[in-house]
Amino acid sequence: MHITVCLFSALTCIPLFAILGKVLYEGASELGSTFSVIVGGIVGTLLMLIMATAVAVPIGILGGVFLSENKGTKVANVISYMTDLLQGTPSIIIGIIVYIGVVIPTRGYSGVAGSVALFIMMLPLIIRSTEETMKMLPLSLKEAGLALGGSYPRVVFKVLLPSAFGGIFTGILLAVSRIIGETAPLMFTALGCSIVQWDVRRPVSAVPLLIWQFFNDPTMQNMVWSASLFLLIFVLFLNIIAKYFAQKWK
Amino acid sequence: MEIKDPILEIKDVCVSYTRDVMAVKHVNAAIKKNEITAIMGPSGCGKSTLLRAINRMHELYKGIRVEGEILLSKHDILRMDAIQVRRNIGMVFQRPNPFPTMSIAENVMAGYSLNGIHVSKSRKNEIIEKNLRSVGLWDEVKDGLNKRGTFLSGGQQQRLCIARALALKPELLLMDEPTSALDPIATNRIEDLMEDLKKEVTIMIVTHNMSQAKRIAAYSMFMYLGELVEYDDTQVMFTNAKDQRTREYLIGKFG
Repeated sequence: MHITVCLFSALTCIPLFAILGKVLYEGASELGSTFSVIVGGIVGTLLMLIMATAVAVPIGILGGVFLSENKGTKVANVISYMTDLLQGTPSIIIGIIVYIGVVIPTRGYSGVAGSVALFIMMLPLIIRSTEETMKMLPLSLKEAGLALGGSYPRVVFKVLLPSAFGGIFTGILLAVSRIIGETAPLMFTALGCSIVQWDVRRPVSAVPLLIWQFFNDPTMQNMVWSASLFLLIFVLFLNIIAKYFAQKWK
Repeated sequence: MEIKDPILEIKDVCVSYTRDVMAVKHVNAAIKKNEITAIMGPSGCGKSTLLRAINRMHELYKGIRVEGEILLSKHDILRMDAIQVRRNIGMVFQRPNPFPTMSIAENVMAGYSLNGIHVSKSRKNEIIEKNLRSVGLWDEVKDGLNKRGTFLSGGQQQRLCIARALALKPELLLMDEPTSALDPIATNRIEDLMEDLKKEVTIMIVTHNMSQAKRIAAYSMFMYLGELVEYDDTQVMFTNAKDQRTREYLIGKFG
């Protein structure tokens, strides 16, 4: 039994190490020279991430607090169900919806449209992680705050949310690392751009979009691996920070 | 037994968790000012439920109904603003629960910050020192007031929680088995502390431990199955209980 478990867990590691090995092997040598080419993608990715995160974090946290504090009520059940639906929606469909809802009315692809798509993808992740963290807090914290005569919002903002900070922060980092590699929703919204574009009202590039472009361009295929390596390193970095905070918080 | 000039009067109080099951049944009692009153009884007898009715903690949960009147200095707290009531009636819980993200000093001041009351810096330091002194914690923590409250030992944490409750100068302090999670030495310290504190604040303590009631309380209640079976001077109750059930509980036949 023990051996079988070990065997299967080793098997699941094979694809992971195969990917890491291949990307490292093919991409490491080109990493430096690729950087100058993908700078536009890095700038676009960061701009869109910042905008999406800035909107998704407050809304997601409030939603998560609402769900954990009102569980069992009708409104909470509806929101909870919609969160699940949103989380399960294929990203390409979110891209099309944002295309119809933002790109067409504003008459053009833009970084803003891209960040709307990323925001929609992040929101359910942050709502869920906030809700889970809040549920883990001991009830006695809330009771102690209210027993001192604290008003409900003050107890939430001064006692409960700060106590849950580590868990919520970890959830945000994981949500960012989860959407950073999204390509499909950006194809319909941010489109891509061949220069370093700081104006988010115009089409901007993103690292995963560049990987797709490199793949389709026979003269640039050597950069597929180094751009992928760059993206992997970034995601890995975010995950390590998230793990660190999760551990520290416990 | 008659209590003169009671600070708190509990009149025909019933608490029910579900429509047909009453956890506290028609309790009547008057609480003596600046004394310690203990509520004893076996698990599930409704002693904590009664205590939590007094600072309106039951309102946090759906479906719990509290009926009757509870008069604090002649005002019915069940018909007052709950926040006002809780500022006037402090509570200490079974497990020490200092706020984990706050320092020792911030924990003492938590009642003020959670009520949005602004306090000048010098006044703040005064409140912190006074209340930490009155729980005997000042000398132990004065060099580390900015450390997290959760770094303290269990007994120290519980004294910090008492200081936090006292900082708002409540008229009444409710303690829900405050020493049941502590070792005997820490328990002893808290019992001594309660003796000192009763000059400033009236204390009601729920306890599982009858010898604790005997040691510290001037008056004791015995509750059983939601009823207040007996309420008397502690000495009288322990030597000459009137009710059969009280006598059996006190000699350890059940509970």
